[in-house]
Amino acid sequence: MGITVHVASILGSWGLTSPIYFPSPADIEYGNDCLLALQRAHPGRIRGYCVVNPNFRAHAQAELKRCLDAGMIGIKLAASRRATDPLLDPICQVAAQRGVPVLHHIWQHRRREYAGQEASDAAELAELASRHPKVSFLLAHIGGGGDWIYSLAALRDQPNVLVDLSGSGVDGGMLEACLEAVGIERLLWGSDLTIDTGWAKLRYLEHLLSRSDLELVRWRNAARIFPSTAFSSD
Amino acid sequence: MRLDVNSFLGSYPFRRVPGTSPDALLRAMDRIAVDRAWVTHLPGIFWRDPAAGNRWLYETTGREDRLQPVPAVHPGLSGWEATLTEARAAGVPAVRCDPTYYGLDPAGAEMQGLTQACAAEGLPLMLAVRLEDIRQRHPNDRAGELPPWAVRKLIRSDPRVRLIITHADRPFIEEVHFGSTPEESSRIWWDICWIWGPPEDHLETLLRTVGVERFVFGTGQPLRLPETSVAKLDLLDLSAEQRAEIESGNAGVVSPSTARGGSSKQSSAPSLRSG
Repeated sequence: MGITVHVASILGSWGLTSPIYFPSPADIEYGNDCLLALQRAHPGRIRGYCVVNPNFRAHAQAELKRCLDAGMIGIKLAASRRATDPLLDPICQVAAQRGVPVLHHIWQHRRREYAGQEASDAAELAELASRHPKVSFLLAHIGGGGDWIYSLAALRDQPNVLVDLSGSGVDGGMLEACLEAVGIERLLWGSDLTIDTGWAKLRYLEHLLSRSDLELVRWRNAARIFPSTAFSSD
Repeated sequence: MRLDVNSFLGSYPFRRVPGTSPDALLRAMDRIAVDRAWVTHLPGIFWRDPAAGNRWLYETTGREDRLQPVPAVHPGLSGWEATLTEARAAGVPAVRCDPTYYGLDPAGAEMQGLTQACAAEGLPLMLAVRLEDIRQRHPNDRAGELPPWAVRKLIRSDPRVRLIITHADRPFIEEVHFGSTPEESSRIWWDICWIWGPPEDHLETLLRTVGVERFVFGTGQPLRLPETSVAKLDLLDLSAEQRAEIESGNAGVVSPSTARGGSSKQSSAPSLRSG
């Protein structure tokens, strides 16, 4: 497929000893440690997002320092606390200070509460992003299922939110709508759980975009928002 | 030879979808090297009389040898048997019914009647589990998804019936396959468009546990990017023979006129495969 670098996260113990989206501090450290080990084992290919649970404020701060000092290049927020909550602000302040982006798991249009997660939607992420204009936010998996049309409308005027194209959703018209709503410079390629759908989107974009625009989606936009040293060994 | 058994023509009522015209579909087929496609009239699925779209479908596919019509039949409307007779005379590869969109019990008396009539006519019956992810559907798009138990009931309703189920995922397929006898399962074919590929490996698992011979290449285009179905096969370690079975051979088994490279313009009905 030609993937040269993976930027990945591990959500705690993946539900083994605490819920996936509400990971305990111990499980968070376990997951981050696993990813740091992978990063060390594959220095040319794997980079990490530091996972934190905003409900454990002191632990989140300590974990961010530990993992970013160890070479992680971004922050992963899943669904432990809604994106509009002030508890996320100290985390985003670290992102601004360290110059790293925040990848946020999204339920495209949250119409109610869901068991197992405190899901946020695109409008809620946009609100967080408006409070932290110097931080780049990644709306995780526009193809992850849900009303992506709602998401794109919410992001249109929030320039510091980028859209990652990952997810199992491969709807005809979705990529055209992404381009129209946020523009080529705010799109990032990703795979999430289904690599085949990610590869399919890339194959389709090859017919939709010029070579230079395709490079923006494939890697140049990512290189712009991650620390300048993030991919220096590649 | 690559045959897409699951593609659509015409507009979708719930969101803007590019590429719904015949020319656009042919361009998309060229893009991913699909030689032939079985096509359904998409707007008709949402009409009170879905068969009202069949005339346009026959005329459109009649102008293009690469497209074969899959006409719709609504077994709750009087005279539906004539639709089936017309389809058989046209040599279609299959007919389709979307009972939950028509407001029918998916395994009720009407569907049982249609299934048995298709069996008698030697026509495979195509049913879609869904058209879109339920998490993103329009607030007024409230038709239920086709349930697995309905497929189990329909396949038992006549020992000659053959079903092509599109847009099914791994749990659905496993529930039906392992909830049926081997003989019943041998009369069901699954399109691959909604089955997850690597690294989840749903498709790889199903090919191993259910059997390569049960799967046909389908895309769901233009509602879905057709590149996905090609990509998930590219990522598997398949022999050339296995890949050929999925991409066209198995469709030739369920609809032999397709295997012969025949088109919808022939007048004879496809012959039944025993079993």
